[in-house]
Amino acid sequence: MGDMTIRPEDVPVVDREVTETEVLANATAAGGERDLRITDSTLRDGSHAMSHQFTEEQVRGVVSALDRAGVQAIEVTHGDGLGGSSFNYGFSLVDELDLIRAAVDEATQAKIAVLMLPGLATVRDLKQAHAVGASVARIATHCTEADVSTQHFGEARALGMETVGFLMLSHSTTPDVLARNARTMVDAGAECVYVVDSAGALILSDAQERITAVVEEVGRDGAQVGFHGHQNLSMGVANSVLAYQNGAVQIDGALCALGAGAGNSPTEVLAATFERMGIRTGIDLGEVLSAAEEVVRPFIPRLPWMDRSSITQGYAGVYSSFLLHAERAAERYGVPAHEILQKVGEYGYVGGQEDMIIDIALELAQEKELGDLAGSGVR
Amino acid sequence: MSKGKATAAIVGPGNIGTDLMFKLIRRSDIIEPRYMVGVDPTSDGLARAKRLGLEVSAEGVDWLLAQDELPDIVFEATSAKAHSANAPRYAEAGILAVDLTPAAVGPYLCPPVNLSFNLDAPNVNMITCGGQATVPMVSAVSSVVPVPYAEIVASVSSRSAGPGTRANIDEFTETTSNAVEAVGGAERGKAIIILNPVEPPLMMRNTVFCAIPPEAGEPGELQDRLLESIHAMEATVQEYVPGYHLRAAPQFDPARDAWRGQARVFIPIEVKGRGDYLPDYAGNLDIITAAAARVGDLMVAHRLGVDTTWKSSADLGDLPDTTTMPQEAGV
Repeated sequence: MGDMTIRPEDVPVVDREVTETEVLANATAAGGERDLRITDSTLRDGSHAMSHQFTEEQVRGVVSALDRAGVQAIEVTHGDGLGGSSFNYGFSLVDELDLIRAAVDEATQAKIAVLMLPGLATVRDLKQAHAVGASVARIATHCTEADVSTQHFGEARALGMETVGFLMLSHSTTPDVLARNARTMVDAGAECVYVVDSAGALILSDAQERITAVVEEVGRDGAQVGFHGHQNLSMGVANSVLAYQNGAVQIDGALCALGAGAGNSPTEVLAATFERMGIRTGIDLGEVLSAAEEVVRPFIPRLPWMDRSSITQGYAGVYSSFLLHAERAAERYGVPAHEILQKVGEYGYVGGQEDMIIDIALELAQEKELGDLAGSGVR
Repeated sequence: MSKGKATAAIVGPGNIGTDLMFKLIRRSDIIEPRYMVGVDPTSDGLARAKRLGLEVSAEGVDWLLAQDELPDIVFEATSAKAHSANAPRYAEAGILAVDLTPAAVGPYLCPPVNLSFNLDAPNVNMITCGGQATVPMVSAVSSVVPVPYAEIVASVSSRSAGPGTRANIDEFTETTSNAVEAVGGAERGKAIIILNPVEPPLMMRNTVFCAIPPEAGEPGELQDRLLESIHAMEATVQEYVPGYHLRAAPQFDPARDAWRGQARVFIPIEVKGRGDYLPDYAGNLDIITAAAARVGDLMVAHRLGVDTTWKSSADLGDLPDTTTMPQEAGV
C-alpha cells in the first residue's frame, strides 16, 4: 500500500558482508529502517476505555496483529500502570502480569512496554513485570514532579530495561518547567522523555513549544523525545506530526484511538499520515489497518469519541482517564458528568486523583439540592 | 527522668523536627525539649532551636550520646537509613526512641489504635503521614466488620513533600500499606500517594476505601454501627489533630462482582494543619508531628506514672502566624 516509489535514500549502500542478524533486524517485520518509532498503547491507555476488562485472548490478538504489522513497542498494563488495579481506578479483570506474560509470548519482534506511576507502583512491581518479559519501562509522573521517579529509573536501568519518562498533563506547566523536569528524568536514567498531553489540551503551537523546549534541553545528551497525544480537541495526530517535525522520534498511538477521554492518536492514522509524508515508521499500513478494523474494532464496547464530556476535558485540561469515573459518579449522584469534569479542571486535580470525583459529585449534588429547595420557596 | 519531667532530643532539624519542637514546647508539660541535633551547621532549624534555648549541635548523634546528661526520649526526623543506624545506640543508652522515618525498627504506632499495647516499647515507629491519617479509619471499620482489603489514597500538596520523601516514595507506599494491614486490621492493604502542585496549595486529602460485607453496604443496623465507629474515631483523632475531619459523609456502595462480592465504604478525610510552625496546607506534616508528640507525651506519662498533660489547641487559643513553607519538608 501507499507510495511504492524507491527513492535514492532508500537504497542502502553495502560496503561489506551483511550478516543474517542484520538482515533480520532491518526486515520490514522488525520495523526496518525508520525515522521514528510508534509505541502502541491500545493495551494500556485502551484499558481505561475498556474499564480494565481486557481478556488474555484480546491481548494475544492485538499483540500478534501489531507485531505482524511491524510495530516495535507495545505497552501492556492496567490503564493507570502497574498496580493500578484498585478501588480508586477500577479493578482489572485479568491480573496484568498474566496479560504481560501473554503479550511477551505473542511478540516475535516487538518489545513489550509497561507503564508505572511512582506513588502507585513500586520497584517491586517493576521487577515482577521485568521477570515476565517486559523490556521497556515507561515511568510517569505529573509534569512538575519528575524527581519522584529517580529511584525507579535507576532500578529500571539496573534491570537492563529500555527507559522512557512520561511527563503527564504537560499542558499544565510552561515549556521551561517541562524541560527542567525532562532533565531530571534524563539525569535519573531516562533514555527518552515524552511530552504527554493527558488531557488532549495542547493545541498545535502549545505542543510544538513544549517539544522544542524538551529537545533543546535533553537532545544534546543523546536522549530522545516522544509525544503522547489525546483526541479530546481532535489534535492528537496533528500534534504528533508537529512533534516529529520538531525533533520527537517516539510517538504514541492506539488502534481505533482506544484510550482514555476521546481516545489517543489512532495508530493506524499515524501510520497512514507519516507514510504519506514519506516519514518511515517501519509499520506496514495494510497490516495495521486490518489490526484496527478486524482485531480491535469488534471487541470495543464503545468507540472513544469527542462528546460533551471529553471535549470538556480537553477544554478544561482534565486528565483523560477521569471520563468514565465522572460518568459513573454522574449516574450515581444525579449530576452532569461534564460539570464534574469542569470542576476537576477548576480545582487543578492531577492524574491519580480519581477519588476527588466523588467529592465533587457530592458537592454538586448538594448545590443542586439547595437550588431545588430555593426554587420551591424554602429558604 | 526526674522531677516529674523527661528531657527530649530532636534529631533532624528540618521542618518536621522544628514543628515537633514547637508542639512539645507548647503542648506538653512533662517533656522538655533540651537538645536539637543535625549535621549541617548552617541549618535554619538548629539556629531557631538555639534561639529558643535548646542545646544544639551539627555533629550528629555522636555529639548527643557524648553528653553528660543524656535525654530520656529522642524523636528522630532524619531518614530511614539514619534511624536504622542510630536505633541500637539509643537502645544501648536506654533512651526511648520515637521514629518519624519509615525505618520501622520498632512497631508501627497509631495513637488511637494501638498505643496502649506498646507503652513499654523501647522504640516506636510513626508510620507515615498518610498512615497517621488513614489507619485510624481502617481500624474504625475493621473493629465492626471484617475488612478483606483496604486501600488508601493520600493527596498532598507538592510543596509539603520534601526531597527525602521524593527520593524514596516507595517507602511511603510500602510502609503505609503494611500499617493498613498490621495496625488498621485489613487483611490486605494498598497505599497510593499523589503530589499535587496546584496553587494555592491543596489541604492534605485522604481517601479510605474498605471492602466490607454486602450487608454493611446496605442501610441498616450494621451500617449504623459502622458510621458510629467512624465518627467516634474522627473525634478521637481530633483530640491531638484538631484539623482532622471528614470532608463529606462516608459513602456506601452495594456489593459488586468486580469487588469479589464485597460492598465498599468510601471515607473522605481532610487534614488542615494546625500551624504550630508549618502552614495550613501542610496537614500531612502536622498529623505526623502531632501524633509523635502525643505518643511521646503518653509514653513519658506512663513511665513517670503521672497523668498526661497534653494541651489541645482549644486550650491554647490562637497561635502566632505560621511561616511560609521552607525548603526542606517531608511527609
